[in-house]
Amino acid sequence: MAKSIEEINEKIRKKKACVLTAEEIIPLVEEKGYTEVAREVDVVTTGTFSPMCSSGAFLNFGHSKPRMKIQKAWLNGVAAYGGLAACDVYIGATEIPDDDPANKIHPGRFSYGGGHVIEDLIAGREVSLKALSYGTDCYPRRELETSVRLADLNQAYLTNPRNAYQNYNVAVNLSNRVIYTYLGILQPKMGNANYSSAGQFSPLLNDPYLRTIGIGTKIFLGGGVGYVFWEGTQHNPTVPRSEGGVPLEGAGTLSLTGDMKTMSNRYIRGVSMLGYGASLAVGIGVPIPIIDEEMVKFVSVRDDGLYAPVVDYSDAYPNLEGGIIARVSYSELKSGSVSIRGRKVSTGSLSSYPMAVEIAETLKKWIEKGKFLLTQKVASLPDMDSGQTFKSMRMTVDDEVST
Amino acid sequence: MTSMASKNIILHYPRKLIEQPVISNLVKKYDLTINISRARIGQDEEGTMVIEISGEADNLDNGLRYLKEIGVTFKLISKVIKRVEKRCTHCSACTVVCPSGALVIEDRSSMEVLFIEEKCTGCGLCIQACPYKAMEMHE
Repeated sequence: MAKSIEEINEKIRKKKACVLTAEEIIPLVEEKGYTEVAREVDVVTTGTFSPMCSSGAFLNFGHSKPRMKIQKAWLNGVAAYGGLAACDVYIGATEIPDDDPANKIHPGRFSYGGGHVIEDLIAGREVSLKALSYGTDCYPRRELETSVRLADLNQAYLTNPRNAYQNYNVAVNLSNRVIYTYLGILQPKMGNANYSSAGQFSPLLNDPYLRTIGIGTKIFLGGGVGYVFWEGTQHNPTVPRSEGGVPLEGAGTLSLTGDMKTMSNRYIRGVSMLGYGASLAVGIGVPIPIIDEEMVKFVSVRDDGLYAPVVDYSDAYPNLEGGIIARVSYSELKSGSVSIRGRKVSTGSLSSYPMAVEIAETLKKWIEKGKFLLTQKVASLPDMDSGQTFKSMRMTVDDEVST
Repeated sequence: MTSMASKNIILHYPRKLIEQPVISNLVKKYDLTINISRARIGQDEEGTMVIEISGEADNLDNGLRYLKEIGVTFKLISKVIKRVEKRCTHCSACTVVCPSGALVIEDRSSMEVLFIEEKCTGCGLCIQACPYKAMEMHE
């Protein structure tokens, strides 16, 4: 039997919807089977909390007096992109202050960047704004120095071109020196293996073919409400999949947006990755409507049935050589050590499992209380049949020839 | 026979003691085992040293008394490295760099990262490894 989103929403409005988290559904399916669970359960909530570099925010400050066509802007010393209309800017999570030493003294600390600006705004803190322009007849001001707060802005939208990666690499270091990556510190000679996915809690691993998640899907974003507005950059539905349909490598991604004024700095946090850079950790929760038995099958996926590719970040990854050393399950990763090339390697996660659980439980409560209705997607994201892949860059000048 | 005891401490040397064989005296006169994990002389020319000091309980007490008498101040490392709980997200970026097992996940279903202060040797590797600046040093 199939259920429509509208039927599920009717139950949510009456506070009679049966909502479980992606972890709670697993033993129930083992006990009762797909058919029974499809009848009983209406929504399964997922969650993830992890650094997501492709994050940022559009901000509108309102007009200064006299007016200014902001060309260059800095928030707490971090450059924001001003090539938009007069008082709109985009602040990116990985931007760092112009005078940050970066990796000149390696490994750099990157203690403050665009992600921290976004966190400070959401926390309600004052943020300094400096801006420059060339001046026009309609926008005469050339310099500006003030401080801004989130509450004073007209609009502040977290707008992330790529989030919620459906599966991701496990990073190891085969070299003889310590390396510093966006997946954390990697000890030499495969001293550790770092991963960054919530596994069985991860939104897109619970809907591997994106049957229910698409453009217009309403989600938990940073403690507030957000929406999927497009496929994420690097969205790649054509990677190899397991028998159950789950991608074995990084695959689907989502573009997300939401009102920063509804968010909390518990779920949006500036990130400093030693030797790598600044970023933003974003909490995301996606509700999966149980429209039929097939969705029960998908959401009951367990860590021992989800596999991630192990990649060498000292050579293969930076040099775009590809090469998967091994595939390991998320249950192995979560156990604290994995076996790679016959060796026991300790594991660390950049993604917070306790936060993923908290987000899925929070979203569950919102739905149970009738405060959060589900949406029908208005368009699907490119699927396996699209033939869409994640291409490498076209290089018109061959490095080896030019040097 | 007394029982064995061990403490992870941070020592602060005043300038006048920098050239004294303090550690050597702890080994020779008090029969203690010293494992140095960090040592430096700061800009103010005061020295700090992080050590694990172990031996028979009586000897350990006498050795610590000797330090006090000559003017070396010390405190337990568990009082030096602090976790700011509200900043910790319980990812586990720190657990793979912590050499002493002080930052560890014991419950593999909750995946909560514990900070077992008694096991901390004060090396400080966690401070830079934490993406959220949750670990702090208060020497």
